[in-house]
Amino acid sequence: MSKQYKKIFLTVGTTKFDLLCEYILTEPVLTALKNIGCKEITFQIGKSAVEPGIYEREGVIINMYRFKDSITEDIRNADLVISHAGAGTCLEVLEANKPLLVVVNEDLMDNHQLELAEQLQIDSHLYYCTCDTLISTLGVVDFSLLNPFPKADPTLLINYLDSVFTVTS
Amino acid sequence: MAGDDFFLSICVLLILTFLIRIIYLMLVIITGNCALIKTKTIRTVFCIGSGGHTTELLRFVNKLNMKKYQPRMYILADNDVNSEVKIRETEKDNNNFYLARIPRSRNVKQSYLSSVVSTLYATLYTIPIIFKLKPDIIFCNGPGTCIPVCVVAFLLRCLFLLDCRIVFIESICRVRTLSLTGKILQYFADIMIVQWPNMTETCFRAKYFGRLT
Repeated sequence: MSKQYKKIFLTVGTTKFDLLCEYILTEPVLTALKNIGCKEITFQIGKSAVEPGIYEREGVIINMYRFKDSITEDIRNADLVISHAGAGTCLEVLEANKPLLVVVNEDLMDNHQLELAEQLQIDSHLYYCTCDTLISTLGVVDFSLLNPFPKADPTLLINYLDSVFTVTS
Repeated sequence: MAGDDFFLSICVLLILTFLIRIIYLMLVIITGNCALIKTKTIRTVFCIGSGGHTTELLRFVNKLNMKKYQPRMYILADNDVNSEVKIRETEKDNNNFYLARIPRSRNVKQSYLSSVVSTLYATLYTIPIIFKLKPDIIFCNGPGTCIPVCVVAFLLRCLFLLDCRIVFIESICRVRTLSLTGKILQYFADIMIVQWPNMTETCFRAKYFGRLT
């Protein structure tokens, strides 16, 4: 039996992502989430036009809030994270070693952060989709096939800088 | 009017000398001769962008040898509140650091024409700050403050008033193309750092040392 993703954390950072917020509450999406084991959703909605609060739909508990000082705790508690394409969020989730599905907000044009999500999918660190393809993506992807994200390491750069910029005495 | 001719030729001569100095410096920078030897410490400036750029740069600052790279000055945009909190958190065990604020050269969604005007204003504002601190190295990684600071540093270097090196670190978000700041600074920065191996083909001078943050 494939892994069950009981607790799912959704986050849109400081953006407004109305489509995803409305979409998540619909029956087909919730069914797709239940199929991978979802029972609880924590949803950081940012500036999106939905009311924060605790909802129960299709037997899934959904806790929506706007902002917290830090989402680190919510990431750690989750079995799966679904996030917007923000670079900071993507990297934080990958560093926490959590399976990640990025939902691209197509209303944000000229979104250079998309470049990063694309590359991270090519390197098999995450999957990404749009709202339209969310259900089909949830149906086909296997999060256990994702590669762990290697740790960042500035040591080589710092050694180089120390060799170029030197101090006497 | 021999006096006028004399004055004019002096002006032409000065401008020519200045142009030759600019071209010479750009050649030095592009050929990668950026060694710097200092006594005791290296005076360092960090140009703080905003949001994710701030976080990226501060994570890097954390790994630097604080005894060598000091005093440290952080230059940030005047309407940037969040970055100051992050800087004070990074520097909580130190006191040899300073903050300076300059007008933002380009706000998100600002048109290119008005960006030119506001960048000029920010540049003038930056001159006394850089002149007073006389940094040896300037680190920058993103939009907001780094163009004015680097322009001022470069011009002061052309005028022999400052001898400093610019290190530009391109954001991890840039996988295939340089940012606007990166495109401009690739001709002025002594060291260009990128965080994806393919980017060394996009930018002829870029150096890749792995993912930094």
